[in-house]
Amino acid sequence: MTSVRGLGEIDMDSLLNITPLHYVVLGAALFVLGVIGVLTRRNVVIVLMSIELILNAVNLNLVAFSRYWQGMPARMGGGPGALHGQVFAIFVITDAAAEAAVGLGILIAFFRNKETVNVDEVNLLKW
Amino acid sequence: MNPPVATPFFFYLLAGTMIIGGILVITRKNAVHSALALITTLLAQAALYLMLYAPFVAGVQIILYAGGIMVLFLFVIMLISIERSMKERQFNKQWLVGGAAALALGGLFISVYLTTTKGKALFPEGSVTYGETENTQKIAALLFDRGAGQYMFAFEIASLLLLVAIIGAVVMAKKRI
Repeated sequence: MTSVRGLGEIDMDSLLNITPLHYVVLGAALFVLGVIGVLTRRNVVIVLMSIELILNAVNLNLVAFSRYWQGMPARMGGGPGALHGQVFAIFVITDAAAEAAVGLGILIAFFRNKETVNVDEVNLLKW
Repeated sequence: MNPPVATPFFFYLLAGTMIIGGILVITRKNAVHSALALITTLLAQAALYLMLYAPFVAGVQIILYAGGIMVLFLFVIMLISIERSMKERQFNKQWLVGGAAALALGGLFISVYLTTTKGKALFPEGSVTYGETENTQKIAALLFDRGAGQYMFAFEIASLLLLVAIIGAVVMAKKRI
């Protein structure tokens, strides 16, 4: 297998041979997009959606590593039954559902009190 | 199990769909457009799960994320009025610093990946995996099985978490407690 030898000399073979590195880089890109959304947007709904993007990036990493962990020898914990990453991805999806429910509940309560959905106007606890 | 067909083509197609969807999520003015872009991203990610031989997680992704959480988002977008927030500034005052910090984080990620994988493969090629039906059975065994089910306690804790989230959401959205 050819390897990536730095940004300047990526050859065609390493681009076409899909490895865990490709999935991890895609997950990092989605993570960064989510972080940009959380840090720069004012709308709370879009901030929550960016958090979903971040959680999905982590899930992609977990499932990709689970796929390749199954190719490891059994004495190292691998083998065809090593689906721990997928199980963990399901737990992360559960967390995302709980987070979305509570976050949107808080958003509704906030909108009822202040008539706005902008995060920088949430300053009730500031002094 | 059939060997995969045209893996690079589908990987780059789905990855491009996800990246473009993610960019649309964080740049659109209308929250409904952002939600639709996020649904596209989630569906493309479910297809990537299928490419990674994780059919159960792909199904959970479509049913729970694209079908459940995003519908919740759309309902809340309908409940709050988005007309006023669409006329306002979309980015906060720290957008330059925040974006620069996030891009620095991404550069750190990429540099770490490129230096740690220099000259060696992360995982061996030719992985053996289960087929579609067996995958679901094995996940169920890890979650529920007596003996082999090492995630049974975590599963019960997750149900407790969901109960707490239900109560919290109801209490938050209630007008008068």
